[in-house]
Amino acid sequence: MTARKILRYQIRDIIRNRWVLGYGAVLLLLTETLFRLGGDGSRVVLSLLNVVLIFIPLVAITFGTLYFYSSREFIELLLAQPVGRPAMFTGLWVGLTLPLILALGLGLGLPFLLHAGATPAPAHALPLLLGIGALLTSAGTALAFLIALRFEDRARGFGAALLVWLMAAVVYDGVVLLLVALLGQYPLEMPLLVLTLFNPLDLGRVALLMELDITALMGYTGAVFQRFLGSSLGLGLATAALTLWTAVPLGFGLRRFVRRDF
Amino acid sequence: MTGAVISAAGVSKRFGSLEVLRAIDAAIPAGRITGLVGPNAAGKSTFIKCVLGLVHPDQGRIDVLGHAVNGDERYRHGIGYMPQQARFPENLTGREVLAMIRDLRGATRTQDPTLLERFQLTSQLDKPVRTLSGGTRQKLSAAIAFLFKPDLLVLDEPTAGLDPVASGIFKEELLAARDRGVSVLLASHTLGELEELADDIILLLEGQVRFHGTQAQLTRLTGSARLERAVAALMRVDSA
Repeated sequence: MTARKILRYQIRDIIRNRWVLGYGAVLLLLTETLFRLGGDGSRVVLSLLNVVLIFIPLVAITFGTLYFYSSREFIELLLAQPVGRPAMFTGLWVGLTLPLILALGLGLGLPFLLHAGATPAPAHALPLLLGIGALLTSAGTALAFLIALRFEDRARGFGAALLVWLMAAVVYDGVVLLLVALLGQYPLEMPLLVLTLFNPLDLGRVALLMELDITALMGYTGAVFQRFLGSSLGLGLATAALTLWTAVPLGFGLRRFVRRDF
Repeated sequence: MTGAVISAAGVSKRFGSLEVLRAIDAAIPAGRITGLVGPNAAGKSTFIKCVLGLVHPDQGRIDVLGHAVNGDERYRHGIGYMPQQARFPENLTGREVLAMIRDLRGATRTQDPTLLERFQLTSQLDKPVRTLSGGTRQKLSAAIAFLFKPDLLVLDEPTAGLDPVASGIFKEELLAARDRGVSVLLASHTLGELEELADDIILLLEGQVRFHGTQAQLTRLTGSARLERAVAALMRVDSA
């Protein structure tokens, strides 16, 4: 109940935020441009894959971290009211995440609706793209809250957020390639399968590419996923693991929020 | 209300290697304005945050308005808090901020309908917070503290950032609240202000209560009629 009250005002604040409005506008402009450049629905989905996998987690984790730091004094004021900490944490997180997901949905979804008749995409492609985008947004904001609660200093927290994103988006792929190159003579499938679970971006990529059946873009870990688990089981496992990437940081974040001195 | 509105027994708090509060014992009386003074890093804000449940003491016990501060947030229905720095969500209007606080506090307390006018906030309430000046935000913060007719006001450097007119209004409100029986814990560096407002003084030095009593007792102890000189005298004795 209290969480819902906080959420109501939090959403009002964030949907008026210029950065969030800009984020939605950029996604809208990009998707519309891709359609106008002659792409059909399927090609546009493919072009948006990297946007969803790279740009969206970056926005979620950096915006989430900065938002938490800039709200710290107001959080103190709210905590001085008769409000429980778990309810407040829930309200703040949901209130931040929902508007970002809304901006994502409108930014990517509206052009698809506008062009639905002329250049249709595969029926499940857009919902899947939006679903994975929403899960990555949730994971990004959950990690952002955990980071902001872990580091008192704003600059260090922002640096940590960027580092987490960089590890997941860039360094991880390099490590996988290095492992494959160095240990190619050993059976690496299972270790790589397990490694995938530790990177939400790779999980998102695997889920999207398996379901869209684009083996050429699958990458090593995606191919392993499909070979061992098949499309449906692989998608289920990837989605469940991606959900855990929200739940686990959120659980640790909540524990820290409840115990922390403000 | 009689007796102590805040009682602290053996309250200690350490941040890493820094011992901020050292076995604080204090009973803050009801219906009076108690000024909390001390140099920077004396532990004033930490003590206030312990009272509000924002900081968890390592040792000791705090009771506020008859309730132990132990994680149950309901005792804060009786508290009005004004922090040192007024920060609100930038894209909400002042009216929305007030509505949010009202919703969170529930309808357990009546509100003072003329308070916003007295703080000259009425014409500012429909503007987004990001367009309000620092002073107006501080007035909004003051209004939030007073609005729900609390039994206890906890104020941390409340007049910092207020212009002289708003500061004057704030002091009138504070004294009127005290006359209605509201208890006040007021931390301030501005000793002239405390001299004007406070009935009692708590002097914190290096996390310990160095003095707790009325201004008259402090005057007798130090031989100085001015609060600033009296506090300085005690600090000199302490550092000698």
